[in-house]
Amino acid sequence: MSASIQNGPAINGNGKSTAPAAIEVENIVKRYGTFEAVKGVSFSVAEGEIFGLLGPNGAGKSTLIRMMTTLIPVTSGKAIVGGHDVAKDPDDVRRMIGVIPQALTSDQDLTVEENLSIYAKLYSVPRAQRIKNINAVLEAVDLLKWRDAQTKTLSGGMRRRLEIARGLVHDPRIFFLDEPTTGLDPVSRIAVWEMLNNLKKTRNLTMLLTTHYMEEADRLCDRIAIVDHGNLVALGTPAELKQSVPGSNVVEVQFNREHDLWKTRLEAIPNVTEVQAQSGGVYRVLTSNGSQTTTQLVEMAASLGEQLTSLSVQNTSLDDVFVHYTGRQLRDEQVKAVFTMPPRPGAQP
Amino acid sequence: MNRMMAIVEREMRKFFRSPVLMIMSMMLPLVQLVILGNAFGGKIHNARIAVVDYDHGPQAVRIHEAFDAVAANIATFTTVNYDDETTAREDVRTGKVDAAVIIPAQYSRRVYAQDAPAIGLVVDNSDQFMSSSLESEMQSLVDALNQPVIQDRVVKSIALDIVELYPYVEYMKYLLPGCVALAMYISVMIGGGMLYIDDKARGVHEGYLVTPISKLELVMGLNIAGAIKAVLAGISLTVIGSLIAGLGTIFNPVADVYLILLILGTSLAFNGMMFLMMVRVDDPLVPRAMFGVLNTLLYFPSGAVYPIAAFPKWLRAIAVVDPFSYAIHGFKAILLKDGGFVAIQYDLLFLFTFGIGTLLIASTLFKRTL
Repeated sequence: MSASIQNGPAINGNGKSTAPAAIEVENIVKRYGTFEAVKGVSFSVAEGEIFGLLGPNGAGKSTLIRMMTTLIPVTSGKAIVGGHDVAKDPDDVRRMIGVIPQALTSDQDLTVEENLSIYAKLYSVPRAQRIKNINAVLEAVDLLKWRDAQTKTLSGGMRRRLEIARGLVHDPRIFFLDEPTTGLDPVSRIAVWEMLNNLKKTRNLTMLLTTHYMEEADRLCDRIAIVDHGNLVALGTPAELKQSVPGSNVVEVQFNREHDLWKTRLEAIPNVTEVQAQSGGVYRVLTSNGSQTTTQLVEMAASLGEQLTSLSVQNTSLDDVFVHYTGRQLRDEQVKAVFTMPPRPGAQP
Repeated sequence: MNRMMAIVEREMRKFFRSPVLMIMSMMLPLVQLVILGNAFGGKIHNARIAVVDYDHGPQAVRIHEAFDAVAANIATFTTVNYDDETTAREDVRTGKVDAAVIIPAQYSRRVYAQDAPAIGLVVDNSDQFMSSSLESEMQSLVDALNQPVIQDRVVKSIALDIVELYPYVEYMKYLLPGCVALAMYISVMIGGGMLYIDDKARGVHEGYLVTPISKLELVMGLNIAGAIKAVLAGISLTVIGSLIAGLGTIFNPVADVYLILLILGTSLAFNGMMFLMMVRVDDPLVPRAMFGVLNTLLYFPSGAVYPIAAFPKWLRAIAVVDPFSYAIHGFKAILLKDGGFVAIQYDLLFLFTFGIGTLLIASTLFKRTL
């Protein structure tokens, strides 16, 4: 039984899982001199779960993952990975984890198979098992026909798949991925997501990944922890996190003229739960009824003789969750329905 | 052991797949051997000497005859006759001629009268090598002129009988030991130091550190790979350099054993030194910046291009702790003198002790975490 503990104003209780914990982190702190990169974070990850650490660059995600993978010492607190304390039994932890670093570190001069073979040897995988594992992971990441190709001839997406294969070649129980799709084009990114989902199903792997892509966290993770400035500010399933934000829809609107009263007027519209003013005269309106609010908003603008420059309606996303809990925005490529309003006849451009 | 060998395997596969390192590590020493060996190894030929003869007597004719003999045989210089000393001095100053010999008036008479006869030599001493060569040649010539026409039955002057133990060693051969050590140093710096820090910066070491490899296995793996690369560079340059310089020692199997021992000791010492310097470095610019400085600081005081005995005290102090000095001394003892184990035993002792010592310190300083 695992318990999800949080150190911030996060949603409560629902982020718990009933499966045994593969990773347990208790009040973990990392300090560099006087700077605290991670400030007493606690959470647990159940076996077979994909757990995401979501946050902007510099939030402390990589520091957290590096502490859990024994790369940097923990200043205080406790991290148990696969039943072993990272501070007391680092070698036991290393034996049961696979790690995909943020950078592509496969040797370009070596072939795909050589890269995998060397890493299998670093984990002391016996020869017969090594051959079997290499074949299995190459098949899993769809690189079987590239096994003899030099790594430098592979595309970015293929290299990332090789990195994932390398992390799995010793058959780990727990898999850490530090921003696994950073730098990939959208097509390759989706291919990696599908591959990770398949791996989860076929290998019963526990995965902990860091990302700053909302869509990635939403599509891949069973549960997500939002990290900001070294704090864990929210934890739960994607659905729970979205439900925790007031309003089920977000209407994004831009008027042709700036006016101090827009925010007050928008807040006065029925069903609106929150209005966030953004740069460039854009307002994000959180509402429990998107279509009704949109109609009322257009009518309000028409009655005031004002013109809308743009208007979009979308469901609550993790971006809204992030804004709600941190007060800042973490933008990701999102597919939105954007309606650009045509200018009214006779209106000044 | 398997994990250590995995590190060695990775390094060696990369090394053989990209032969640039091997070529780069041998290019500079080979160019140095060929260019410096030929540039500095020769003697002065066809220097131009102005001769101003105010005497024209029989003894002056003997000098002219001696000059003609030099020009016709060893050809150190040829002579040009001048009418006056002022023009000759001016031409030495402006470089039209390399030196001027002044035969004063009454020179023949003074020779016959044994009245302190002298001839003058004007040299351009801004070029030390040229002026000292001409001075030496002229001194030999004057010594010959001083010899009596009829030799005494009993030679009264003291003679120095020189016994040369080895055939004449051209400068290229003298340079070869230094070039072998230099090739190994370059291999260690590029194939060890620079690649190590580049890998660190690329995150390759992060990949190692999350595996169960121990600190000792990792350090040993990296150093064994570095030592193999340096040994290959050392053997290649010893063979190629010996063939270029015309040294036949490499065809003696016993000497080859000693050479291999020296190459092993040198690679161990250089690797240990490099690893100690780089163990806490993260910036890829550091080994590149250190490369040139260390090259000058360690290679030149080692006796590779000039004898250590000619150095000032502080430079000799560097030579005492410089592994280059012992490597080059050892290579000279075998390649040039075929001196046997006795000649290199202290060099081997220093190189292996230095290598093991620096590796132990570096291993202690090596961090298992980032």
